[in-house]
Amino acid sequence: MRTALLVRPSLNRSIATGAFVLVALGPLVFSSVWVSFILTQVFWYAIAASSLIFLSAYGGMTSLAQVSIYGVAGMVLGNTVTTGETKGLNLGLSPWIGLVAGIAIATAVALLLGAVASRSTGIYFLMLTLSFAVMVNYFFGQVTVVSGFGGIGGIQNHTPFGRPDLHANRLYYIALVTAIGVYALLRYVLRTPFGLVLQGIRDDPVRMSSLGYNVALHKTLAFGLAGFVASLSGVLFVWWNNQISPSSMDITAALNLLVIAVIGGLNRLEGAWVGAFVFVIVSDYAQSVGFLRGIGLTQTRFETLIGLVFLVIVLLSPNGLLGIWEWVRAAVTRVARQMRGRKDEPPQASPA
Amino acid sequence: MKPVPLLSDGRPSQLGIRLKSLLVGNGSRSAIIGRTSLLLAILFAIAWILFIAAPPTESGVGNWRTTTFGAAVHDPRDFLFTLLNTVTYAGLLFVVASGFTLVFGLMRVVNMAHGSFFLLAGYIGVRLQKSFAHAGVFGLSSSQVSLWKDWVLPLVIAVLVVSGTGLIVQQLLLRWNQGQELRQALITIALSLIIADQIVAHFVRGGAETMAWPNVLGPDKQLAIGSFTYPWSRLFMLLVAIGIGLGLLLWLHQTRTGLVIRAGVDDRHMVRALGIHIERVFAIAFVVGAALAGLGGVIGASFAAVDSGVDGQWLLNSLVVVIIGGMGSLGGAAVGALLYAFMSNFAAVYVPTTGPNCCTQYSIILTFALLVIVLAIRPYGLFGRPA
Repeated sequence: MRTALLVRPSLNRSIATGAFVLVALGPLVFSSVWVSFILTQVFWYAIAASSLIFLSAYGGMTSLAQVSIYGVAGMVLGNTVTTGETKGLNLGLSPWIGLVAGIAIATAVALLLGAVASRSTGIYFLMLTLSFAVMVNYFFGQVTVVSGFGGIGGIQNHTPFGRPDLHANRLYYIALVTAIGVYALLRYVLRTPFGLVLQGIRDDPVRMSSLGYNVALHKTLAFGLAGFVASLSGVLFVWWNNQISPSSMDITAALNLLVIAVIGGLNRLEGAWVGAFVFVIVSDYAQSVGFLRGIGLTQTRFETLIGLVFLVIVLLSPNGLLGIWEWVRAAVTRVARQMRGRKDEPPQASPA
Repeated sequence: MKPVPLLSDGRPSQLGIRLKSLLVGNGSRSAIIGRTSLLLAILFAIAWILFIAAPPTESGVGNWRTTTFGAAVHDPRDFLFTLLNTVTYAGLLFVVASGFTLVFGLMRVVNMAHGSFFLLAGYIGVRLQKSFAHAGVFGLSSSQVSLWKDWVLPLVIAVLVVSGTGLIVQQLLLRWNQGQELRQALITIALSLIIADQIVAHFVRGGAETMAWPNVLGPDKQLAIGSFTYPWSRLFMLLVAIGIGLGLLLWLHQTRTGLVIRAGVDDRHMVRALGIHIERVFAIAFVVGAALAGLGGVIGASFAAVDSGVDGQWLLNSLVVVIIGGMGSLGGAAVGALLYAFMSNFAAVYVPTTGPNCCTQYSIILTFALLVIVLAIRPYGLFGRPA
């Protein structure tokens, strides 16, 4: 019993440590496609998804608006730094100003949305944030002053660290450090009094309210913090993608982020990483699997494939792949203990 | 700080106090300021539309008052036209959103695939009409489309297919996890992804497609009052909506199934405990909800067009309408549809434009403002109640 308890965290921890060492070595271990394309994509997806999971798991607010927040950050950054070669305002300011402005405005928008949505809960919250997401998408599609349907391009010419397509490793490490920083930040916030109150509100808002806590304010601030995290992801996204358009934050993008969070596990921050990794791998390698091609699920039918994966996971395991993993671990431990117990037991105790 | 009275709401009071509380609120000072400024904003918007807005100039260089048509007193014709557009569009919104709100009210299922049902029916309608009416390369005009064979029959088939899909979805995927709201929403989200992608795979042929109205509702069939004309097809949408609304009211208030549904909306555990087979009623409600999405889809395909992405648009429309009106309330869906249609139609023509080349549409921002204002005053919508 005692050994089982000791082994339990250390297995997860050793897997995490191994993964960390691998990604930290990065370019030494992985091919350049993996570094510049797959893993960097995983990192910014994971950051965005961890903002969703943070709200959902610890605030009881499943938000579909995280993509909009990251879109706002990307759009502000794009409008600020570009110098006339694209749509939008083309302010041509320093990339650092663009970075700060993108994060600040996106966080402000998140606080505003959070203030509006903070009085609703559960399924209402999901619907409300979905409405926000679609409206932000239409806003950028229709307000041609800042974007229009084509969106803003040429952002990679204006980053603080040179062109990401030429210096893939720089963006890789920036994304990696940001992602780890976000993980540490969210873990830390959850242990502060604010984080504890937030979890109390998730479990029983009425009780927390009667204890004197301002429920709406805490939810608004949590949404703002998640918006800050999502805006970091948006900045990384535009640096990685070079351009951003309303379709980067449409309903499909919003649902994809939810899919990532659900696949990984909607109740743990680590789920964001697992989900992002699986999502990116499925989206990039599904076409090379012969069986899937045989039944008509190719790259072009990616949404069907990911929808089916999503459906199966929601039906089988509400806690995602991490839930399945924990279940398997528990089952293995149980079987192992039974076998060991049978061996250890004195013969007269087991008549069979 | 002023203490907030504990029992400020819901106390029976005299008419004058009720009226005062409705106008300026009876809460804190900020609430009074908020409600007063809202009232002023509404009055200003009405005054703007009726009197203040200026017509476009010959040169095309407007000032801050310049709108597409100018104020209603200058151009009553276009005002009436916009008003009728609003009411008829609200009709279609109501048809679709009433299905959404019915399912939610009874089963607490947020059907995120509602827009997908809409689009599926729309595409089935388009494809069937094209094959029934032997459409050539150039598509169909209304004169080639007969009412029963080429419009009503595709509509009936599309509605039946979507209802059947709804029944399968409800029985296979939603029935056994009743009460797990988020999980059910996620399941329908997964469905919407799959259906949207399969529609792209099987129905979408590069670009938007329209179903032609039947010949009796063609573009040449206009209601004429003096010199004012208005297409009958849009009035038909309104008639359908009124018919659906009355039908749903009669169904909910005059039949046994409706009785069970209304009881189930209030307390489904009690209904079940009384020995009523509520599972069957759940199935019926879900099928009716899907059928309404399907009906809306075929009408929407005739009124506007179908394309990939329209499903998300109509999911949003349904969501906004029922969030404004209050989830689960039929009357709320009607009011929400009217408000939403008003915002999107009037904002498109009565918000000042800054020049002939301006293409920015502010209606989405104003719709968002409407949503925010309603939620700030009533977090569960105008006619909604906490779950």
